[in-house]
Amino acid sequence: MIPTAVVFGYLAVVLAIGLLARRSARQQDAEDYFLAGRSLGPVVFLLSLFGTNMTAFSILGASGHAFANGIVTYGLMASSSAFVIPLTILVIGTRLWALGKRHGFMTPVQMFRDRWECGHIGTCIFVVQAVLLVPYIVIAVMGGGTTLEAVSGGLVPFWLGGAVVSLVVMGYVFFGGMRGTAWVNTFQTVLFLTFGAIAVSVISAGMGGFTHAVQVMLQSPSTAPLLTRERVSPLYFFSYTFIPLSSIAFPHIAIFCFTARRLEHFRKTVILYPICMLAVWLPSVFLGVVANVATDVPAIATKIEARATLATAGPTLQIEERDRLRSQASGDDVIVRLLEGYAPLWLASLLGASVMAAVMASDSQILALSTMFTEDVFAFYGGTRRFGASVQVQTGRIFVIVLTVVAYLIALGAPQSIFDLATQYAFAGYSALAPLLVAAIFWKGSTKWGAFATTLWTALAVLAVALIQAVVPAPPPGVAVPIVSIGSVDVVTRAASGTTVLGMLPVVPMTIVSALLMVAVSRLTSASCPGRATLAKYFPGGQSF
Amino acid sequence: MSRAEHLARRAPVGSILIGVVVYALHQDFWFWRGAHPLVFGFLPIGLFYHAAYTVASSIVLWAVLPSLWPKQDESEADVAAPSRDRAPSR
Repeated sequence: MIPTAVVFGYLAVVLAIGLLARRSARQQDAEDYFLAGRSLGPVVFLLSLFGTNMTAFSILGASGHAFANGIVTYGLMASSSAFVIPLTILVIGTRLWALGKRHGFMTPVQMFRDRWECGHIGTCIFVVQAVLLVPYIVIAVMGGGTTLEAVSGGLVPFWLGGAVVSLVVMGYVFFGGMRGTAWVNTFQTVLFLTFGAIAVSVISAGMGGFTHAVQVMLQSPSTAPLLTRERVSPLYFFSYTFIPLSSIAFPHIAIFCFTARRLEHFRKTVILYPICMLAVWLPSVFLGVVANVATDVPAIATKIEARATLATAGPTLQIEERDRLRSQASGDDVIVRLLEGYAPLWLASLLGASVMAAVMASDSQILALSTMFTEDVFAFYGGTRRFGASVQVQTGRIFVIVLTVVAYLIALGAPQSIFDLATQYAFAGYSALAPLLVAAIFWKGSTKWGAFATTLWTALAVLAVALIQAVVPAPPPGVAVPIVSIGSVDVVTRAASGTTVLGMLPVVPMTIVSALLMVAVSRLTSASCPGRATLAKYFPGGQSF
Repeated sequence: MSRAEHLARRAPVGSILIGVVVYALHQDFWFWRGAHPLVFGFLPIGLFYHAAYTVASSIVLWAVLPSLWPKQDESEADVAAPSRDRAPSR
């Protein structure tokens, strides 16, 4: 009961921050609501940008993945992201900021339309970006439901937990806009970093020290491989380095780049970003791994048992039984279970609230979609001109409500674990869209048809992956079902964790083909290159690839 | 071309090369199959390597930042006041 009350208290504080942000807004225009008036200072900019990237995926998904796959999780997602994400913020984000400040852009699609002198192709890009962003929001709702259910010991069921988290996020985004979102993200990041450190110490003490836990793992043939990367091929590992390209292509990150007051604020963000990654991901992954010896925590013992049954009897089981065991073995709530098992009640409650902080990072995505809808559709097709700026902001708020309800309904029926859902759809799709930004900013010869080909390819590729996963049921762990084979080579396969292409994540061919299409189609349609005046805005010194 | 101009032109190339090397170092196949040595008594070497890689990324980014920093954009954007009127519309 106490942990539930503490988490609800935390949710009330977060909602209050959103309301406070609304009161401090200087004016009620679109730029102030959607971009905080381009006025964020260096500390809020760093912490909220990091908080925006630190979602249910990085806390629950990472520890859940590490629980099943071991230390490889950190190398797959954290260390490559720690280099690639800040590098893209430095190279692309700073240019986006300058273009936004100079030309008044509020969304990437506005820039694409201006850069390539196109209208409806921009709308196509908006549609694909919007559809790809929804799974990311769904992840947060699922994370909220999972965490509240675990923290309350089942008192708050998954459907109610997801609904409460959705309502709170919707509330502070609705009232506070970008300023509210940034303040809440800053508060959540500080809270998580502080209590995360305490969580690690408390769990370590409860387990009799990490040295003891690791020694126990090394002695068992079923857990020792989790301390190495032998269950993952180097090629599969390499393919994960394409995933961080998605970060800057996510509209909420690109839009966030428009909010800094000065270009100088990017400097600290770029340098300190990897350290923030380390502070959050290392404990999440390590705790997920050592949870494998926490068999004195009943909920974790059940998970380990379900996983063992899947590994030994998986191929002989009915699909429904396999899905039930897979769901039981899922480690997405493993950190909360560790807290439940080893932390005193009052501390577990506070730590549970700080996990909620990370889980509730869907705010930026919801706001970004709202910004995109009002700017790229409502304003672009004459809404603001006809009804005025205040109606535009109200439209954005209504969109926030509709989107939250849709994401919640999807989350109730989504069967996959948080990590797989994110990787297979949202991250892969946005990585494949990254060539759009690179071409728009750095390549004078790119055309709207190149952009269209890239966007269309991304949509079709994501659809193909989704279809494969819907049609071919997930096999037991360790088994790969060939879908497309050429000779003796399995080109496309379905594994328990998702679809692979030549042993790699689909993101690799998706991104490479996407970039090639941008180059080839732009070359073929060079006659539709924008005029000199437009190019001069983007390449004032004539510099380009 | 003066020596300073020459260095300024070469700096991004150097930064790109450093970036490629750092990217390649992520693929540490040499720590693939073993957990030992355990750093600090509990961190498997494969995990420690990537934690150290993360810290090294921060240092590398600090080092290459000046050569990749868009100085021109800062001065241009400072003189231009943001205006909603400049955003493209239909």
